[in-house]
Amino acid sequence: MKDAGHLFRFAGLFVIAFLVFWVIRGYVVPKSFGEYGHYRGAALGDIAAHAIKFAGHETCETCHSDVSDTKTKGAHAHVNCEACHGALANHANDPTSVTPVLPDATVLCARCHTASAAKPKNFPQVDPQDHSGGVACKTCHNPHSPVIGADTSTSTAAGGAK
Amino acid sequence: MKISRRHLMVLLPAAAVAWKYVMAGTPEDSPNYTIAGHWWGMLIDIPKCIGCGNCVRACQTENDVPDGFFRTWVERYHRSDYYLENPEVISPDGGKEGFPVVKEGVEGEYFFVPKLCNHCADSPCTQVCPVGATFISPDGVVLIDQTYCLGCAYCVQACPYGCRYIHPTKKVADKCTLCYHRITKGLTTACCEACPTGARQLADLKNPNDPIHAFLKTHTVQVLKPQMATGAKAFYNGLDGSVR
Repeated sequence: MKDAGHLFRFAGLFVIAFLVFWVIRGYVVPKSFGEYGHYRGAALGDIAAHAIKFAGHETCETCHSDVSDTKTKGAHAHVNCEACHGALANHANDPTSVTPVLPDATVLCARCHTASAAKPKNFPQVDPQDHSGGVACKTCHNPHSPVIGADTSTSTAAGGAK
Repeated sequence: MKISRRHLMVLLPAAAVAWKYVMAGTPEDSPNYTIAGHWWGMLIDIPKCIGCGNCVRACQTENDVPDGFFRTWVERYHRSDYYLENPEVISPDGGKEGFPVVKEGVEGEYFFVPKLCNHCADSPCTQVCPVGATFISPDGVVLIDQTYCLGCAYCVQACPYGCRYIHPTKKVADKCTLCYHRITKGLTTACCEACPTGARQLADLKNPNDPIHAFLKTHTVQVLKPQMATGAKAFYNGLDGSVR
C-alpha cells in the first residue's frame, strides 16, 4: 500500500471534478426543472401568460345583455359574439377608447350561408345573388336573430351597450 | 473598465445567480386553477362543420400564428363513390377563407374535417425530444418550452398528424397549445369560441359534469389513426373511414 498515494490523488481529482460539475449544474438547471416531469415546470406559467385576444361571450354579455337576450331567442343563439365581430378582448378591457368596427354583414353572412353541396344538408344555405340580387342581408334579416318575423324587440343590428 | 481577479471572483457567482433566475422564468399566475384537476381534450362534430374557416382565423389571431403555418386547419374530403379508399382532400390556405363552392349533383360525398393537435396521452412527439423542451402537462396538454427548444424538428417528423411546424422567425417548434393561456383562466379555446355551429367543443375529461361524457356514451366517436395507439384526445364524431 505504500505506493497507493497516486491513486488517492487521482481519486481526489475525480471528487473535485464531480463537485465542480455538481455546482455548475445547480446553477444552470432551472429551479423548476423536474417539478412535473423531464421539463421546466415554469414553462407552463410562461405559456399561460400569453395575452388573450378573444374575450369570450360571457364577457361580452356582462354589458351587451340586450343583444344576448335577442340572440338567445333566435336561430343564432349558439353563435358566439366574436365568431362574427372578431377578437375584442382589447375592447372588453378598455370599452371607451377601443371601439369595435362594425363587421360587413354581407361578407360574414355569405361566408357561412353561401350554398355549396359540400356543406351539411341541414344547414341553411342560399345562393346570395339568386336570393337577394345584391341587396344587403341586413335589409331584411337581423343578424342577431336572422329569421324574418322573429322577436327582435330588444336589439338593433348595430348593437351597443344600453 | 479593468476587472481584477478579485472582482471576477465576486462577479462570476453573482452572474450565475442572476442567470439562474433568468432561466427559472416567471411563476404560474392562475391561482384558481388546479393543474391536477383537469384532463383536456376536444370534441369535433363533423356533421356540424360547414367549412367557414372561422376556427383557423381565430387561432391565427389569438396565437399570432405566422401566415402559411397552421395550428389548426380544415380539410375538405371528397369521397367518390368509385374510389372509396382514395378520397380527394383539399385545404386551400388551411381553409382560412373557406372552400370553393360545389355545385349540386356532384357524385360522391363531401365533408369537412377540422384538424389540430390531438394532445395525445402517449404522444410520439414528446418522446423524441432530445432536450426536454416538449412535454405533456399534468392536465393533458402537449406543450413546447420555446426557451428550451433547439429547433431540431425531430418532433415535427414524429407527429403522425402533421400538427407541428418550425416557426419561421423564432426557429423553434410551434404547435397548438389548446389555448393553454385561456383554458387555465376558465375560458374556452379561441377556435371553439369562434366556431359558429358548435362543431368544436373543448372537453375536460376529468370534469364529471362536462357534456363530453354523455356525448361519448351516445355517439359513435373515433380518433385519428387509432392503430398508432397515441392516446389521441381529439374525438371525432361521424368520422368517415377514409379520413387519415
